[in-house]
Amino acid sequence: MQQLADSLIAQGMFGANPPRDLIYALFIFVFSLIVFLGIAFPFAGIVSWVERRVWARMQSRCGPNRVGPNGFLQWLADGLKHICKEDLIPADSDPALFKFAPYLVILAFTLPWAVMPFSSQLILADLNVGILYMTSVTALTVVGVLMAGWASNDKWSLIGGIRSAAQIVSYEIPAGLSIFPAVLMAGTLSMQGIIKAQGWAPWTWFAFSNPFTFIAANVLYISALAEGNRTPFDLPEAESELVAGFATEYSGMRYLFFFAAEWGNLFIIGAIITTLFLGGWQFPLISNNAVVMNVLQLITFNIKVLFLVFISVWVRGTLPRVRIDQLMSLCWKYLVPISFVDLVGTAAWIAIWPSGNSVAPWIMLALFLAIVVTFLRRVLHYFRRSKMELYLSPTI
Amino acid sequence: MPLWLFIFLAALAIIGAAGVVLQRHPVHSLLSLVMTLVVIAVLFIGLGAATVGFLQMIVYAGAIMVLFLFVIWLLNLQSQPLEPGHLALKFLGSLGSAALIAELLLFVVHPPPAITQNRAVAMDFGSIGRLAQSLFTDYLIAFEATSVLLLVGVIGGVALARRTTAGGGGAPGGTP
Repeated sequence: MQQLADSLIAQGMFGANPPRDLIYALFIFVFSLIVFLGIAFPFAGIVSWVERRVWARMQSRCGPNRVGPNGFLQWLADGLKHICKEDLIPADSDPALFKFAPYLVILAFTLPWAVMPFSSQLILADLNVGILYMTSVTALTVVGVLMAGWASNDKWSLIGGIRSAAQIVSYEIPAGLSIFPAVLMAGTLSMQGIIKAQGWAPWTWFAFSNPFTFIAANVLYISALAEGNRTPFDLPEAESELVAGFATEYSGMRYLFFFAAEWGNLFIIGAIITTLFLGGWQFPLISNNAVVMNVLQLITFNIKVLFLVFISVWVRGTLPRVRIDQLMSLCWKYLVPISFVDLVGTAAWIAIWPSGNSVAPWIMLALFLAIVVTFLRRVLHYFRRSKMELYLSPTI
Repeated sequence: MPLWLFIFLAALAIIGAAGVVLQRHPVHSLLSLVMTLVVIAVLFIGLGAATVGFLQMIVYAGAIMVLFLFVIWLLNLQSQPLEPGHLALKFLGSLGSAALIAELLLFVVHPPPAITQNRAVAMDFGSIGRLAQSLFTDYLIAFEATSVLLLVGVIGGVALARRTTAGGGGAPGGTP
């Protein structure tokens, strides 16, 4: 942010002798407003509409298609409906904690945006412990969820809260351990530093640089889905067993806060994986104009993140929910040992080839493409066997 | 960190710590403790030790507090009125806290020279590299001893859990 402000000051946009501190403060204020009102909350709303549409299409339904073109304004209608609803507080609840819990969840959702690396200069604060900051502030979610579950004074809420806490605390371990292979490769914890250690081309991304980081990227994605309470790990709010889990007693705006945070967290999950393993905003240097490059980098970063968000939606539409014992055994028996092996393996790899192996990225990339091709062949096989009208007209 | 900010954060930390003692309900006490730990993490960050601060937030505010909540719920602790009596406990407690306060005041009145003198701080103070260097070179033995201590704790926990389930009569309050 400071770099961008400095470059604009140097171009004489604010006169000859501008008050620098005020301009920095103005930049941070304006950028935060843009991020929250223009990106974070609209994103959470729009992704709820996208999810319902994609999900409906996967189940041969239409989904919300009445409000606005193709139902695009459905998220605004839902938001207005929730604002207008009565804010119920159960008589036997703990009112202070009941009211406070949604704010804690929304706080844990907004804080990570401070280190979100949209482009080489569009970042609010490039902390030198950026990725650690991200994991630590998202860890506050669990306190909010537990508070909501307990303060509601309701069986479903309490069970949902306990499940959520067990799940988040367990999956934080593989998620935290899978972050560190990328940190080892980059030699820094700063978001921009990790991205700058990678290149624009897929064979320079950390995901493909050796077999261990390839597995680590996948483990991180699975654990992040579990931490974000997404299907197939959405046990804390399992509709068929717990009504709505920790959010059962909530209504109106407070209920919306939980779900805005959940959908918005999809962007944060995608951004963490894009930054650590998929090269972040890296784009080939085709112009010396800072504005053009920043816009191109912004688009690159968002395409990668939104693709990962789409995969999350897709997974939710495809996989059934796991049982609680399966959830715990997946974490403790498989993901935790795998992520330990990844960490040690990456360290050994760096010790053997300090400047990187030149063959391994191509092999990993070929392996990845082979997986994608196999998958596409399976999908096309089912496409040939099914009725095509609904799939091919996305605007019903 | 400016002085007013330090005073504000310190006051918040003390309010949280007082809440731990004064609240009647165990869950409220625990949430006060979360507040204290988060504020202390912010103080660490303000003093330049960003790595330690964020680790404190992940480990204490995130994970350990959740375990405490689990224990409280599993034991089903309720808010209890203060029991009368236990005069000996009150006496011993006030004696202990008086000793602690006296120690603190002694530090304020006669600060040891190591605190007052201005020492040059390295450029990378608080960075993860410096932290790792201290942990794995200067304080290696203490660090490894701590990890062995934690391992002993884990093994002890497993042993206790096994004894209650294999004790013949089943878990306390459990199925026959």
